[in-house]
Amino acid sequence: MKRHLISAKDLTRDDALLVLDTAEELARVSGRSVKKLPTLRGLTVVNLFFEDSTRTRISFEAAAKRLSADVINFSAKGSSVSKGESLKDTALTLEAMGADAVVIRHGASGAPYRLADWINGNVINAGDGTHEHPTQALLDAYTMRRHLGSLDGRKITIVGDVLHSRVARSNVLLLSTLGAEVTLVAPPTLLPVSVGTWPCKVSYDLDSVLAKSDAVMMLRVQRERMNAAYFPTVREYSRRYGLSAERYSHLPEHAIVMHPGPMNRGVEIAAEVADSARSTIVEQVGNGVSVRMAVLYLLLGGAQPAIGADK
Amino acid sequence: MSQYLIRNAAILGGDVRDILIRDGEIAEIGIGIEAPAAEVIDASGLVALPGLVDLHTHLREPGREDNETVQSGTRAAARGGYTAVHAMANTTPVADTAGVVEQVWHLGREFGHCDVHPVGAVTEGLAGKKLAELGAMAESAANVRVFSDDGHCVDDAVIMRRALEYVKAFDGVVAQHAQEPRLTEGAQMNEGEVSDRLGLRGWPAVAEESIIARDCLLAAHVGSRLHVCHVSTAGSVEIVRWAKSKGWNVTAEVTPHHLFLTDACCEHSPLGRSYDPIYKVNPPLRTQADVDALRAGLADGTIDCVATDHAPHAVEDKETEWADAAMGMIGLETALSVVQAAMVDTGLLDWAGLADRMSVKPAEIGRLGGHGRPLESGSPANITLYDPAYRAQVDATTFASKSRNTPYAGLELPGRVVATFLRGRPTVLEGKLV
Ligand SMILES: [Zn+2]
Repeated sequence: MKRHLISAKDLTRDDALLVLDTAEELARVSGRSVKKLPTLRGLTVVNLFFEDSTRTRISFEAAAKRLSADVINFSAKGSSVSKGESLKDTALTLEAMGADAVVIRHGASGAPYRLADWINGNVINAGDGTHEHPTQALLDAYTMRRHLGSLDGRKITIVGDVLHSRVARSNVLLLSTLGAEVTLVAPPTLLPVSVGTWPCKVSYDLDSVLAKSDAVMMLRVQRERMNAAYFPTVREYSRRYGLSAERYSHLPEHAIVMHPGPMNRGVEIAAEVADSARSTIVEQVGNGVSVRMAVLYLLLGGAQPAIGADK
Repeated sequence: MSQYLIRNAAILGGDVRDILIRDGEIAEIGIGIEAPAAEVIDASGLVALPGLVDLHTHLREPGREDNETVQSGTRAAARGGYTAVHAMANTTPVADTAGVVEQVWHLGREFGHCDVHPVGAVTEGLAGKKLAELGAMAESAANVRVFSDDGHCVDDAVIMRRALEYVKAFDGVVAQHAQEPRLTEGAQMNEGEVSDRLGLRGWPAVAEESIIARDCLLAAHVGSRLHVCHVSTAGSVEIVRWAKSKGWNVTAEVTPHHLFLTDACCEHSPLGRSYDPIYKVNPPLRTQADVDALRAGLADGTIDCVATDHAPHAVEDKETEWADAAMGMIGLETALSVVQAAMVDTGLLDWAGLADRMSVKPAEIGRLGGHGRPLESGSPANITLYDPAYRAQVDATTFASKSRNTPYAGLELPGRVVATFLRGRPTVLEGKLV
């Protein structure tokens, strides 16, 4: 594993399995009455959020605190950072404050790579622009593994705005590393032009894929995409690519339904499907903490020989 | 005026000759010239080229003198072997009136280390709505012949047609920055595999190609001269080739960086960085297939010339997230080396071909009588002496440009400009500014 976790490509198959196995172990801690481990005592983790995401920030914060790290939340939105003070200046400030790891969420693709050029601490990408969100992919894989067992040969369908989705990008990379067979389903306007070179299959027809899916991940569709003519109307989108109760009924018995949140109920997913027994949407949130604990532990703890070494 | 005797320079065609410079002109070219009054320069192993001419330079003055000035930019040009540059119009204020182009022209006369020919804006404020006073700029002291809204595309077909027609009255040329604005809204880099992986909004080749195709048709329809700035895609080369096959009056330029770098640099730069905005440029770096087509197009003359698109930016405008970074890279001081690496060392062009693409053709397109002339007695002594065997890492700290946004810093490139003469006066000697 590299020093930073910026892209799902940073993880080899062994790295990824180690993260998932570690997360399993750490999840047991969460079941105890004292939820804290002393592992990262004395280390400082900075949550550097240039973009609002209370959910992801709290998840990282809880993960760091359960490992006894000191946590500094640095919300750059609306502060002097958002205009005038550059990312580089912020990086130098964090460096001076002795940050051992920086969890960065940023609206610009690649911002974590720039940060990694400027600081010594570990950089963990908590979502950058339309690039990647690797810990989301890890928690998704973790959730799938809990329900489906090994991901080797499993058929995973990801539906919706792949073009603008950092979640889809990270998932395609990670799930193919883990041996799953990914199919992306979207209107052609919401697929990257070079998607043919990605390690996955592509379909424009959701119904033809559903019956063979072990897991279906619905992506959020932004209503503003409509104005840019990515699809004609929300109604047409929902009809062709939404997971309705009718479509849900064609899924295999064991299949699970996922969503990275926040959902547009009634657009990409019907309310009754989101709340159904096979929906893992709420569970994903809890799993996020365990997975992020594992990532922080492996990057910062230095206990595992495969981890923490420079690339 | 002092005399210079250049001994044993390889002149184009490969012969080794002496060149005597006197009274700003080439007085004599021959073997064993004797000139006791002349200062002698040993040019053994060096190539003598006609002084280079750039059709596309951003000098940033007036307005962004912190990034570049006429003085610093022309010093950089001289170090790069240039004796004339065209100063692009996207300054602050925009060079869209006789007053501003004359100001730049005067600055060039006063402080220039090479000749400065201002480019006039096609439309007022580069806004693309209303023609600027093209005639007044043409008739001004600056004698403008090249008009461009560079940085912006003249995307309104009617405005473009009128501009092409109007400049015929004074043998002008419209130099188009071909970029369909709607297809490139928010675009960050070449649209393709790399942009998809990086999650950066793609900039499709067709956004450039569709405008070039339209403009070629317009230029043919009204019988005017069109020049296409910084062609960057294989498809664009094909369209220019087609237009030329029809006999239309279309010329095109390519930048050194589009001949040498690809969009893969944005993902894994040769210096090991990802998303390094040093590679963010307009038009964007394209694929290896595009680079190959551009090289072939320059070699066979489809693309007429090399233009640097020297675009200086302050450090803080590049040391940032990719999306926020300014577009552009400097190029004057590395152009000859990059073109040597891309075209000469690969066997695609010989030195005469390089002189044609970097001096003769750009001077012709810009209608500069005193530049781009073959080295022969009676010509103005605009000469560049170049050492193609030299090899070193590019050290940007020594650049004369005020800006440092070069993608080549730390990389090894061939060649070095040893001397530059502007009308017989050295602007660079032994690699150093005079
Ligand atoms: Zn341009």
